[in-house]
Amino acid sequence: MSTSRLPIALVLFLLTLSACSAPETTSITLYSGRAQSLVEPLLERFQEETGIVVDVRYGDTAQLAVALLEEGSQSPADLFWAQDAGALGAVQAAGLLSPLADSIRMRVLDGFAATNGEWVATSGRARVLAYSSERVDPLALPSSILDLTNEAYSGRVGWAPTNGSFQAAITAMRHAIGENETRAWLEAMVASGAVSYGNNRAILEAIANDEIDLGIPNHYYLYRYKADNAAYPVEQTFFEPGDIGNLINVAGIGQLVSSGESPAAERLVSFLLTPSSQAYFANETFEYPVVPGVATSTVIADFDRIGNLKPDVALDSMRDLEATLNLLRDVGLL
Amino acid sequence: MGSAGIRYRLVRGWPIWVPGLIVVAGIAIPLVYLFIRAVDADFTELAGLLVRPRNLVLLGNTLMLAVGVLATSTLVAFPLAWLATRGNMHGRRFITLLGVLPLSIPGYVMAYVLLAATGRFGASALLLGIEIPRLSGYTGALIALSTYTFPYLFLNLRSALTGLDVSLEESARSLGLSGRDVFLRVILPQLKPAYWAGSLLIVLHVLGDFGVVSLMRFETFSYAIYLQYAGAFDRLYAAWLAIMLLLLTGSMLLVEARVLRNTHVAGRGPGSARTRPAKTTGGWGWLAWPFLGVVAGVSVVLPLTTLGFWAMRGLSNATPALLESVAGSLSASLPTALLTVVLAIPIAYASVRMPRSPLRVLERFAYMGYAIPPLALALAVIFASLALFPALYQTLGLLVFVCAIHFLAEALGPIRSAFMQTNPAVEESARVLGRTPLRAFMEAVLPVVRPGIVASLAFVFLSMMKELPLTFLLSPVGFRTLALNVWSHTNEALYAQAAPHALLIVLFSAIFVGLLLRRESRRPLPHPTAPVT
Repeated sequence: MSTSRLPIALVLFLLTLSACSAPETTSITLYSGRAQSLVEPLLERFQEETGIVVDVRYGDTAQLAVALLEEGSQSPADLFWAQDAGALGAVQAAGLLSPLADSIRMRVLDGFAATNGEWVATSGRARVLAYSSERVDPLALPSSILDLTNEAYSGRVGWAPTNGSFQAAITAMRHAIGENETRAWLEAMVASGAVSYGNNRAILEAIANDEIDLGIPNHYYLYRYKADNAAYPVEQTFFEPGDIGNLINVAGIGQLVSSGESPAAERLVSFLLTPSSQAYFANETFEYPVVPGVATSTVIADFDRIGNLKPDVALDSMRDLEATLNLLRDVGLL
Repeated sequence: MGSAGIRYRLVRGWPIWVPGLIVVAGIAIPLVYLFIRAVDADFTELAGLLVRPRNLVLLGNTLMLAVGVLATSTLVAFPLAWLATRGNMHGRRFITLLGVLPLSIPGYVMAYVLLAATGRFGASALLLGIEIPRLSGYTGALIALSTYTFPYLFLNLRSALTGLDVSLEESARSLGLSGRDVFLRVILPQLKPAYWAGSLLIVLHVLGDFGVVSLMRFETFSYAIYLQYAGAFDRLYAAWLAIMLLLLTGSMLLVEARVLRNTHVAGRGPGSARTRPAKTTGGWGWLAWPFLGVVAGVSVVLPLTTLGFWAMRGLSNATPALLESVAGSLSASLPTALLTVVLAIPIAYASVRMPRSPLRVLERFAYMGYAIPPLALALAVIFASLALFPALYQTLGLLVFVCAIHFLAEALGPIRSAFMQTNPAVEESARVLGRTPLRAFMEAVLPVVRPGIVASLAFVFLSMMKELPLTFLLSPVGFRTLALNVWSHTNEALYAQAAPHALLIVLFSAIFVGLLLRRESRRPLPHPTAPVT
């Protein structure tokens, strides 16, 4: 075979190879921004219980959202399971999500579904105040995230401005306290020497490493460090109830318009809200249940109080991320 | 030599332009896509985004990092390539492996390893009691990037040194040049194409890197692009930033073309250059050992030990999808490596032997494919394949094709330098002696450019084993690779579960490179008269 015919033959061969797959059982396609290591056991249980095959494309939530926008009405996906409300909001705003049945969205706690039911939360991810258990007195902690600008914390606070969950928290803050106040807070934080990190884990590691004393990460990472090393010198807490610093962002799932009527897809959504799935999130991924009355023996703090702790912010308002990014750019954080 | 190439070039017509067209289409589609997206943008907002002092800071950071990484890689790769081809030490093949393997470690894993090794809770503090300051910022990014990108330069230089026609050096010596002069005036100039090919890859890699700079908290251009997609789910402004990055790349390609314009390095002797007998490394030879120790320590031993340490802790956790992921990785990486090299051979040939043909431009064009940010490339392919060939969407075939186009630039350098080093007269003789053009090409030319092909296969295979952004979005639904598993676990801070997958990437990369090296050294050196028989 000549050198130049080879590429064509190879391409054709590979195309034929990949074209041969015919589904026999009921199957649904899930785009999951949630990591395989966290959710695969749960999806396997669903397959065992229902016989419905779930084909999963695991990826980064934001990248999958952008890919869904690009695919539009031709998307092969039935469901999009995202790591934050903003990504769901972006896909919803493009008109790509169809409303879920009332019977499904009524099951979650108040404020944990899109207003028109295009998506429901599957678990809660809280913003918390992390601190060094070696260098910080828990009694001297601020009661509001807005107090982190006090001189006492100057140069001691870490945050992750490029991280999606931080940006979501700022979006929520803009809605709760207003544009100008948010800007003023950000500027005061920058002026007081807040240290920027790439992500939540880096914040915790920096506290342990004595680079900073306080930080505002998501709540679940610390449990993993503690599982590895119980003496890890970092603790975390909520601000006072209702404080904007206690934003509970969610992982949530929505059904795509391109999927059409799909009882199987709806069944998976329903399955994720059952008490046993909710208990799985609480115990295995250290996230907050979003269905009321899930009795659990979890290590996560205040799991039955999040309705009380969380600020009053509609999660669908959080798709308005562009303005947040502009704000962060203006104050020089992006 | 150039004029000889025009008169007697061996292959013309469809064997060149068919792959050429495939490549042009593969690269033009994402470029067109970027422009389609870019013109959709709202221009007042756009102006605010593009014309701001911060972009200058990002540009400055990006260029500073690129220059730093290139300088560091040069200092490592040059002596290493020399030792691997000219040193009289035992285990030259081992040195080669040492110079290639770091490429198989995903950049963000390298960054994690360096972060995990340093600092108060780092491995070196816990295990050795030595507290090294935690790496971050420019220094951190520089070290992490250099430790795994220097192989681009190393392999290019190594295959160039292997292909050097030793008779040139002998003539120079017989004309009275000292050893130093031979090195400076005969050897170095011949390494120029290889050096530029390798450095271009390194620079492009730094321009496009996101994983390392974000972990080290050093802000560059590609970081800004990623944030635009990730933060704003926005495809319009991200397209503009990608275009700016491409312009930067384009200007670098022009510089390289200018530098190489008058370079002719083909041997005058037989096409099969005589290889150099091993030579002593001279009075400074003892320095080779500490040098090798440091390079091996930082770029191979440190990451492998750290991964091993993590893996030991994760042994209790079953990793059921391991075999499936190995199969997935290999089924994507092997065809991609082959297809890329098959496309690269005619394009490299055209760029060397047809200096006045428009096809020559293809080779420059291929670098643009490498410089398109992978996420933008993936979105372009989603857009184009759903519009033009929906049946191909999310198939392994399409993934392989797109990755081959993307990695083509990695394969071109070594093959192109190899063509530059071979004397067109060999092809001509084969032709004169009655071979059909293609047969003459296969029998007289391919064997001679083999070191180049070997290096190219290694590049693409290793790059593909750790490829993420394209596999993420373009692979068939449910497709698993080792690289995807490493990413998904590290992203959740589950290092212990990530480590076995990362170790397997390194293992299979080592096996592949090892097999290639065996083939390379067993090659039957074609006798000068071989084409006649």
